[in-house]
Amino acid sequence: MSKPHLLVHETADNVGVVVVEGLKAGTKMLCVVTHDNSSFELTAKADVPIGHKVALKDLKAGDTAIKYGQDIGKIIGPAAKGDYVHVHNLKTKRW
Amino acid sequence: MTIVANFDLNRNRLAQIKGRKIDVPAFKAPKPKRRTTAAASSFMGWRRENGRVGVRNHVVILPLDDLSNAACEAVANNVKGTLALPHAYGRLQFGEDLDLHFRTLIGIGSNPNVAAVVVIGIEDGWTKIIVDGIAKTGKPVVGFGIEGVGDIGTIAKASYVAKEFVQWASELQREKCDIAELWVSTKCGESDTTTGLSSCPTVGNMYDKLLPKGIYGVFGETSEITGAEHLCKARAATPEVGERWYKMWKAYQDDVIEQFKTSDLSDSQPTKGNIKGGLSTIEEKALGNLEKIGRNSTYIDILQPAEAPARGPGLYFMDTSSAAAECVTLMAAGGYVVHTFPTGQGNVIGNPIVPVIKITGNPQTMRTMPEHIDVDVSGILRRDMTIPEAGDALIANIVRTANGRLTAAEALGHREFVMTKLYRSA
Repeated sequence: MSKPHLLVHETADNVGVVVVEGLKAGTKMLCVVTHDNSSFELTAKADVPIGHKVALKDLKAGDTAIKYGQDIGKIIGPAAKGDYVHVHNLKTKRW
Repeated sequence: MTIVANFDLNRNRLAQIKGRKIDVPAFKAPKPKRRTTAAASSFMGWRRENGRVGVRNHVVILPLDDLSNAACEAVANNVKGTLALPHAYGRLQFGEDLDLHFRTLIGIGSNPNVAAVVVIGIEDGWTKIIVDGIAKTGKPVVGFGIEGVGDIGTIAKASYVAKEFVQWASELQREKCDIAELWVSTKCGESDTTTGLSSCPTVGNMYDKLLPKGIYGVFGETSEITGAEHLCKARAATPEVGERWYKMWKAYQDDVIEQFKTSDLSDSQPTKGNIKGGLSTIEEKALGNLEKIGRNSTYIDILQPAEAPARGPGLYFMDTSSAAAECVTLMAAGGYVVHTFPTGQGNVIGNPIVPVIKITGNPQTMRTMPEHIDVDVSGILRRDMTIPEAGDALIANIVRTANGRLTAAEALGHREFVMTKLYRSA
């Protein structure tokens, strides 16, 4: 298999993790779901650093971000499919 | 000019790293004659008087309190091969906090990585409590109180004893021990999203393979399970243990976080380093953290901080802070002899008496600070290494470390020894 740009834990997840350095907006990313080794393509809409997240579908304020098949917090600002997801648009539901 | 003998000097890999200022010759060390494989079922350790097995052979000069650090450091300076463990506390503590202080010091002295101990305290009473606690293991231990003698007299007396201890310990021999006699702890740090994808599941895979062989394991970091508490509760061996775990976790939320928080903790949990690494929320961090206990392992009991496990082989949860040095110190005091430490952004931690094996899957960290990493699992992100392969690589490194290979943290002199304090002293 060629080297993926993005890894996704579970098929239910709506965010994935960039695993290459220096990813540029417009890159057609090879995305692999680690749970079942399935793959798909997605175009990055932003420069995203390694380890940071990308939305796998259009997300809007009030949505729940899903990773590991689990709730990892609430979306507080819009993130279109392929957009960068981090503390600017995702916040804990705890504390 | 660099002159290198008996090494395969390849083309200066480290020096080629962009921005690195120091020209370091890279070399490939010759392969050790006896290779350890993941199938290894034994290691060479020191069997102590109480039957426990250590993988290091330290003679520790242990201060009861902050005031005794100077004398301990002087003794360690006088007698080569001994190790002083200075720390910040030990005066006017009371109640549960004092119990934890004593338990931590006694646990550190009792750890099988320690051959013998010299305890120095400002006065005799509490010094004797530590000496008596360590003495239960059967190992040599002597204590000195400073009051009425002064530092210089104490240092002189303690140095004579320390010299005897270190010469005695230097003749103790390693013997072949079953892998089941290893006690392996884990805690991750400077986590990022790569830890949840690679280095934490690597530790989990190691536990899934070694716990069935009969080792003792432990994980902790109470605050960092927040967001995955439902999953952690379900990983208890019995519902009763799960209920006790949940009660402990909830008590921390209610009694500490809720009582003292001034914000939503977004600047502390996740940490600035975590956020730089791509983690956005405590829930996301917790889910990655919990990958360290693998797919099949269940925990059989909840330990107080620094408490030794008492229900036989298996996985335990210890109620600890998520701060790396505090947590590793508490696990060392619980009797664990090797620590596995997944990191994403590159935590540099070590411990004075327990070898801390660092594992990373982050290729950027592997490129920028490789001297801190013992096991490179970045192949997982490239999909050219599987989690089970990474687990085998970690097991092989654990065995080599147990046999005497120095970890990166040991080679670099990382000796973070940090006592956990529960509340203000009287």
